[in-house]
Amino acid sequence: MLETLAQAVINGLLIGGIYALVSIGVTLIFGVVKIVNFAQGEFVMIGMYLSFFLATQFGIDPVVSLVVTMPVLFVVGVLIQHFLIRRVLGQNDMPQIFLTFALSLLLVNLSLMLFTANYRTVHTWYSDEALHIGGLYIPLAKLFAFALAMVLSAALWIFLHTTDLGKAMRAAAQNRDVAMLMGINPNRVFCVALGVALALAGAAGSLLMPFYPAYPLVGQVFVLMAFVAVVLGTLGNVPGALVASLMMGVAESLGIQFIGADSGLIVVFLMLLLTLALRPSGLAGGRAR
Amino acid sequence: MLLELDGVSASYGSVPAIGRVSIMVGEGEAVGLLGANGAGKSTTLRAISGLVRLSAGSITFDGTRLAAMAPHKISELGIAHVPEGRQVFPEMSVQENLEVGSYAPRAKPERARSLELVYGIFPRLAERRRQLAGTMSGGEQQMLAVGRGLMLKPRLLMLDEPSLGLAPVMTDVTFEKIQEIHKLGTAILLVEQNVSRALTLVARAYVLESGRVIMQGKSAELANNKDVQTAYLGI
Ligand SMILES: Nc1ncnc2c1ncn2[C@@H]1O[C@H](COP(=O)(O)OP(=O)(O)OP(=O)(O)O)[C@@H](O)[C@H]1O
Ligand SMILES: [Mg+2]
Repeated sequence: MLETLAQAVINGLLIGGIYALVSIGVTLIFGVVKIVNFAQGEFVMIGMYLSFFLATQFGIDPVVSLVVTMPVLFVVGVLIQHFLIRRVLGQNDMPQIFLTFALSLLLVNLSLMLFTANYRTVHTWYSDEALHIGGLYIPLAKLFAFALAMVLSAALWIFLHTTDLGKAMRAAAQNRDVAMLMGINPNRVFCVALGVALALAGAAGSLLMPFYPAYPLVGQVFVLMAFVAVVLGTLGNVPGALVASLMMGVAESLGIQFIGADSGLIVVFLMLLLTLALRPSGLAGGRAR
Repeated sequence: MLLELDGVSASYGSVPAIGRVSIMVGEGEAVGLLGANGAGKSTTLRAISGLVRLSAGSITFDGTRLAAMAPHKISELGIAHVPEGRQVFPEMSVQENLEVGSYAPRAKPERARSLELVYGIFPRLAERRRQLAGTMSGGEQQMLAVGRGLMLKPRLLMLDEPSLGLAPVMTDVTFEKIQEIHKLGTAILLVEQNVSRALTLVARAYVLESGRVIMQGKSAELANNKDVQTAYLGI
């Protein structure tokens, strides 16, 4: 019993790392640019297909292909901010919501057309390997994904707290007008926010590839969890999103283990409802960090 | 002239806020912009720093026309705007607020020296450099907002009601500090409702009413003016 519980917690933490990469991106964009990116999951999907093709065409390990997917998606993020989102900022909410929603639909349908609905998988030397510690079972691919997700989250935190550009992003998130008075160019900061957020989504895609199939709708699995984590972790709060993602991974895993294979999400949404009812501003409370 | 506003008008949507405002600030001069609530003082500062678009008129700073320049470009010229209500970055430490204040390329190379200067003027900020700005008292936040403005190495420091919401003692301290900054050679454009206090600091002042300049002159003249006395000094 205790071992089953520990195993479920470990499974949850491992997948929670991936949720964190997606939700941190969503919360970063929301905190800095003040828009909800409904297409975030689709960039995970693009990251997966990119890694898939790099693996099948060039034999590059999906985890190694991070060094390609992250910069590529960073550039995509900058372009999306500069040519699309910039045009709807300052207008009312509707064009902003529809823009990222339309982007999501477009990307899903494009990938259906280009890649078909077939599941694509990459098999690596570690795809079937696992560590056995005591009676616990830790799949290597998920361990790599979790470890790198934590490294990337920490790197983002360090960027936001030690570099001038990172501090400028936090300043713009907290008070955009005053940030402009300090010489901060908002569009530049927003471009970096989009770039970083999409790079993290791309990283999630690459890290998923050794143990999760790519298909056009795969992003929706992760974006749903990401949105819940962003709300639980307080909108705009990066460490909050990280902690909430890990908690949700564990909650989902416990739900699957103890309630039923189809019930993982019930626990997650129950958590969301309880949090919203008891602590409406999220677990961390307060403001964007 | 360092700063020159010529017939500046600005509105929020279709509601006009200021009309044909013409004011000047000389190099190293301290000038007041006075008036009651809603007179258009903050809007005038926001027009200068580019946060509000002009509907008419022109603004020049040291010979450069500011029309249609973005706020982050205007600050690069050396105009620091300490906004009404302090508006520090609440979730950042005191030191981080100051560092962000020197984000502009003109100020970044001088950051270490500016920090030393600001901590010298406001020792209280030095004691609290790790504290989150949002958790400081109103007076401390006002010092931080002024210090953050100084980090830009401004040629013109615009202060929007620095005494707002401060106890009399704290108001005195704040005005002393502004005096000290002015003595260093920085031009000051001071917006105040505390007219008597402001007139002790500035050499000249403009009085705004309903978005227009209705009076201007040397501080001593204004302080002795019957209309100013009844309207703003409660004499
Ligand atoms: N964001 C805004 N939207 C619409 N109208 C505004 C806005 N800001 C100011 N106004 C209006 O513009 C006019 C001038 O306002 P402004 O804030 O410049 O006055 P002020 O002299 O700074 O007043 P106070 O002393 O109360 O700060 C007022 O009538 C005000 O209602
Ligand atoms: Mg005002």
